[in-house]
Amino acid sequence: MSSDKAECPIPRGQLFYDNIILILILGIVVPTLIYTVWGLVEIMNVPKLPLVP
Amino acid sequence: MADSNFRICSLSGLKIDRAGELLIRWNIIAAMATLAVGGLMAFLVALTRWPSVHFLGLTNYYRFLTLHGIDALLAWIIFFEIGLVHFASTVLLGVKSYAPKVGWLSFALMLIGGALINVIVMLGKADVMFTSYVPLKADPLYYLGVILFAVGALIGFILFFVNILLAKKEGAYKRSLPLGAFGIMAASVIGILTLLHGAGIFIPAFLWSANLIPSVDPSAYRLVFWGLGHSSQQINVCAMVTVWYLTVAFVVGGKPVNEKLSRTAFVLYILFINLASEHHLLVDPVLSTWHKIVNTSYMMHLAVLASMIHAFAIPASIEVALRKQGHTRGLFEWLKKAPWGHPAFSAMAISILLFGFLGGITGVIFGTEQFAIIRHNTFTITGHFHGTVVAGTTVAFMGFTYLIIPYIFKRQLIWKGFASIQPYLYGLGVALLSIGMMSAGTFGVPRRHYDITFSGSIFNHTFDPTVDIFLSLMGIGAILAVTGGVLYILIGFGSIIWGKQVE
Repeated sequence: MSSDKAECPIPRGQLFYDNIILILILGIVVPTLIYTVWGLVEIMNVPKLPLVP
Repeated sequence: MADSNFRICSLSGLKIDRAGELLIRWNIIAAMATLAVGGLMAFLVALTRWPSVHFLGLTNYYRFLTLHGIDALLAWIIFFEIGLVHFASTVLLGVKSYAPKVGWLSFALMLIGGALINVIVMLGKADVMFTSYVPLKADPLYYLGVILFAVGALIGFILFFVNILLAKKEGAYKRSLPLGAFGIMAASVIGILTLLHGAGIFIPAFLWSANLIPSVDPSAYRLVFWGLGHSSQQINVCAMVTVWYLTVAFVVGGKPVNEKLSRTAFVLYILFINLASEHHLLVDPVLSTWHKIVNTSYMMHLAVLASMIHAFAIPASIEVALRKQGHTRGLFEWLKKAPWGHPAFSAMAISILLFGFLGGITGVIFGTEQFAIIRHNTFTITGHFHGTVVAGTTVAFMGFTYLIIPYIFKRQLIWKGFASIQPYLYGLGVALLSIGMMSAGTFGVPRRHYDITFSGSIFNHTFDPTVDIFLSLMGIGAILAVTGGVLYILIGFGSIIWGKQVE
């Protein structure tokens, strides 16, 4: 029985959940790109109000 | 051979590393101390927002509100979470703290930073409120205090990863982290992201305040600040949900009905909950509609899905555990026989209920663009986040304090009768406070406002008289909550100092 278990492949989802470093990287990259970087790019592209001469 | 660096807790059977234990203790003590200050400020501020009392003067109102935000929203919760980080990465895994000196460095930076902020605010040099939106300028030492606190917390969260990776190498766990540690891992990922945003915006603000750079773009400040300000509340959500799971495990012996599903929910939090920071920018004209829609409606609801999973998984694990104990008569005998007198259990149950119905549901509603335009900057939003952070996180952490005082401080609780009613009293108070705020906000009552009668103003505006009822409800709730909060502080510190030794 235990040998059956040992032969059973680990599901991909489980492999992902066990990969703490990958989760850490994704957890930083995904929100940073979708929220922060995208937002900053939009802010930088807002035309400046021309100064009153 | 027995390892003298460890002890076995006689109550829980946990293998506790003494160095890690000290770090947990002092972080929890610092958390409770900052809650005491933040709670006192909350009381004074709430009495001022209650028109019949209107307690504080103008200057002190904004000063104490700033301090309330810093101590109650940031310091209390993050100190407690760093305590949880040490608990999950050492006690739950039965391993030592691999770098306790780094843990003390983290604690010292947080303590110095927190103290600096408190002193500067009390000296009247930083009446900028929690958000400190530029161009509102505070003393450079205020920003320095926030930076020190954030860097200290960041070190604490990074230390968590060092501990769990070395624990795996040592064979403390083979493949998967136990769910409790996995939940705190989720909180730590969010913590690192959050505190990087904090550093990213408070360092420029510090330089600007010290006249070393000419300006900080207000739009960019708001965007990045909320990567700290709101995301720090998402650390709370992960830590709070983990506390729910741990409380169920310790008090009733419950296990998640489907651990993979619970892990999936935590991963959804990690990837998508931080996008909820966009809530604060929905009425901001600078960002595009697409940025707003993607960051709220699309992504954030994946995090809401995670909360729904936990909302079913935890009560289900309680039911299964109690039915296994023999409470099988009818549909609800297990519920009736649950340990409602155990303060950790009742706090957990109250936290789940209030977080879900007061904080969570309202958050999802007000986080949509159509509602944000109506409710933004009204007292409704203040009511919403008191439903999440106070009724949810704070109540859960209070309950967990009762649970770990015997395990970690090796002391029995004093005033057990009072301890068993404290979560109910505090929960009722915060619920009334939150409902009062949210209801008053629906009539347009603004948040953060010193005087809604606008006395002395050139504009004459009178709110619907109904708001007095809701603001009185908030005031009564505040009195009940503060009474419950004082009980928590007395029981917590009293037990640590005078509680009967457990071992």
